[in-house]
Amino acid sequence: MGSLPKKMTIQVKTADSADLREQELVRRVQAGETQLFYELVKPYERRIYTAAFAILRNEAEAEDAAQEAVLKAFTHIRQFRAEARFSTWLTQITVNEALMRRRKAHTAIMEPIGEREEEDGTYTPRDFADWREIPSEVLEKKEIRQKLASAVATLAEKYREVFVLRDVQHLSIEETAEALGISRASVKTRLLRARLMLRDLLAPGLGGAWFNRLPFEKGTKPW
Amino acid sequence: MVVNCEHVWLEVSNYLEGEVDPALRAAMEAHFKECKHCTAVLDGTRNVVQLYGDDRLLEVPIGFSQRLQHRLTQQTSAPRFRNVRPAWIMAFAAAALVAGGLALGSATVFRQPELRSQLAQSPHGIPPNLIVYVSEDSRVFHAPGCKYLHKHDDEPAKQMSASEAMKQGYVPCVRCLRQYLTAGVECPRASSGANQWARRNADTPGHPGL
Repeated sequence: MGSLPKKMTIQVKTADSADLREQELVRRVQAGETQLFYELVKPYERRIYTAAFAILRNEAEAEDAAQEAVLKAFTHIRQFRAEARFSTWLTQITVNEALMRRRKAHTAIMEPIGEREEEDGTYTPRDFADWREIPSEVLEKKEIRQKLASAVATLAEKYREVFVLRDVQHLSIEETAEALGISRASVKTRLLRARLMLRDLLAPGLGGAWFNRLPFEKGTKPW
Repeated sequence: MVVNCEHVWLEVSNYLEGEVDPALRAAMEAHFKECKHCTAVLDGTRNVVQLYGDDRLLEVPIGFSQRLQHRLTQQTSAPRFRNVRPAWIMAFAAAALVAGGLALGSATVFRQPELRSQLAQSPHGIPPNLIVYVSEDSRVFHAPGCKYLHKHDDEPAKQMSASEAMKQGYVPCVRCLRQYLTAGVECPRASSGANQWARRNADTPGHPGL
């Protein structure tokens, strides 16, 4: 009984100290120690790149957008207020940068058919495979990570953006809505669709098929 | 409250978010106990959220961190220049302006002329005994034959020496007597005869030559 609350207390303390350290870094950068800014950004590099990539779907463009977003964050660091989370603020800047670039590139002309679907239409799951367990090790395999990335890439733009911000970037429903300039209800509807579509795409493979086809697992030999 | 499969599919995402009211949550949980398909949908959807929420899924291109850091380093040094640059540029510009002003002020081409008007040229070079003519309605003395000498039929021009003319307040004509003045001014309408006379009499003061 005693060990669980203790563990939880330690976790809370760790999270608090990380937050405090981040707040202190923000304060020092705002005070003029600009060389510390990278230290502030470093933990979120992957997140901002992923956010940019989810919108732009091009590695080079996403990297450039992410870099530009970081530079904008640096330029406007004095405008950042402590009541917000730095990661959320940085992600929102990245999303805005990526959206702006996409608008400039007129990619809306080439939007997939799914983009024009009605949001309020119901989505019927196509696959009812039993997919109860996912071992944590699956993400250690590069090919599984690639399959997950490919599955997200097949989603229509509006679903992909919401899904990445909410489920990959861990923004709240409100923050996602604000970052994309859409209503809270739209976020929830699109999120439902994205999750169900991904489940349909991944359930057959992650439910067992992909693992069964992977050869030589854990020291097994073909002979 | 009873829910069917379609209702569950509509709310499964909100269920995972914890955004369904207690009555609906209870109804959905009752449904999951009986419906294998909806349970599969719930489990799969939860797995999707769990998988994509893992940081290991986030991959960046090789060298991304280095390139970002490099660009950021360039940027972090730039604002100092942006902040300072206007100040030192302004200081430099001000210094250059002052130095330039001094240089221009001392330059020969911009030196202030000693006399501002052509009609007030210094008469110092005029031989004092040079015979000149004056008219009553003008304050300028002229060499003989100058077209700018005002002539009146009823009152001829008065002759006197240059020194006397200057004594009485007359000033030399810049056209016919220009060779004696500090700054020479071309006299387009002055007769060549008058100029030649003036040049001749410069060496022989006292002889009008008329």
